[in-house]
Amino acid sequence: MTALIAIGTAKGLFLARSEDGRGSWQISTPHHQMTEVYSVAIDTRRATPRVLAGMIASHFGPSVATSDDLGETWQEPDPAPIAFPEGTEAAVERVWQLTPGPASQPDRVYAGTQPSALWSSDDGGMTYQLVQALWDHPHRPTWGAGFGGQAIHTILPHPTDPASILVAMSTGGVYRSSDGGASWAPSNTGIRVLFQPEEYPEYGQCVHKVARDPVHPERLYLQNHGGVYRSDDGGGTWQSIADGLPSDFGFAMVSHPRQPDVIYNFPLEADIKRFPVGRSCQVYRSQDAGKSWEALRTGLPGEGFYPTVLRDAMCVDNGDPAGVYFGTRSGEVYGSRDAGDTWSLVAAHLPAVLSVRAADF
Amino acid sequence: MGETVTLVLPAVLRGEAGGASQLAVGGSGTLRGVLDEVRDRWPRLERRLRDERGEIRRYINVYVDGEDCRHISGQDTPVAAGAEVRVIPSVAGG
Repeated sequence: MTALIAIGTAKGLFLARSEDGRGSWQISTPHHQMTEVYSVAIDTRRATPRVLAGMIASHFGPSVATSDDLGETWQEPDPAPIAFPEGTEAAVERVWQLTPGPASQPDRVYAGTQPSALWSSDDGGMTYQLVQALWDHPHRPTWGAGFGGQAIHTILPHPTDPASILVAMSTGGVYRSSDGGASWAPSNTGIRVLFQPEEYPEYGQCVHKVARDPVHPERLYLQNHGGVYRSDDGGGTWQSIADGLPSDFGFAMVSHPRQPDVIYNFPLEADIKRFPVGRSCQVYRSQDAGKSWEALRTGLPGEGFYPTVLRDAMCVDNGDPAGVYFGTRSGEVYGSRDAGDTWSLVAAHLPAVLSVRAADF
Repeated sequence: MGETVTLVLPAVLRGEAGGASQLAVGGSGTLRGVLDEVRDRWPRLERRLRDERGEIRRYINVYVDGEDCRHISGQDTPVAAGAEVRVIPSVAGG
């Protein structure tokens, strides 16, 4: 069995490969070097896994490339794979998210971009079409931009209902469609906003990441810009699950690949103090859907650890036991092959890590 | 299609033009015409230079006979037959 970690960094995509049960890793030289790889995906629905990379070259703009041979060769279409249609008067600045669709749509891949737009592909992620209804949403002119830009960074297709899709953006919050993307409605009830006088607006939240429970797909977990939440009704309403955490600020939120109610988070001290809690490297895990949390630190650096973990720089694989991985802005990647109980260093001295995805096949 | 102009590429972009360091382009009398022909013949090269609105990317500089087009008339800059159009990425990044 091969295990693969796709590590998107500020200067290219690195592929870490293990053939010994995730015990040791061979790290590639950078693919698409000198591009910022904000989004990566490993599509294991195909007979041969497809690696997708959404990158931006500071001079030459954004693109999406795919590889069906684990990075030996890359395919990138001649016309722009992701570009606003003529007359839109917008240009894609960055591809923030690449998400394979549900199993019933094996060639469907979604992309989220800056400016905030959702895209769908029906050729396995090689070319994308704008989801016009969300782009035309009357709220769009009032969606804001956080420090990282204005982007759709989270896309959660429903695993068994292809018509049901949830997206999250900064800022703007959560939006849902129940008709395959033909119409969209905000879905932020209960999510508090800290940066404006109205604390519970219909939309406008700066949601950082949302994860879906693998067994109960209507159960969702959300890291907000201040606040950690759970929804048990597909995003209709949200309740805080931050009580057991040392801080309610952070970027990443990840759910276990198979077990219900198991989630991972990397809390930072606060919005204005973006250091790991305790200035040490700690992943927090809940095994009861956020009622209680435990710090996981075995094998991770202790005090004197300052780098942050960005929203897409934490992931799980589909191995058994589950692998959990995260990358830091200081260019390290840590991994656990026992669902978070113990950790080891996978890679060091890389450029800043922006995105991480992993799979066993 | 107008008379031939020479498009000079930096090393980093030559892979998008079959390895060529220079391309002979017809154009239509303006820089926009030259880049439109590049779009038709070498689309991957063109989209490195302009976004989907047709605007030259921020850190791409295009010189027409040694003059930065942004200091002339942008993509409306006249490009005469025999002119040299040179693409030079600006200093950016870290």
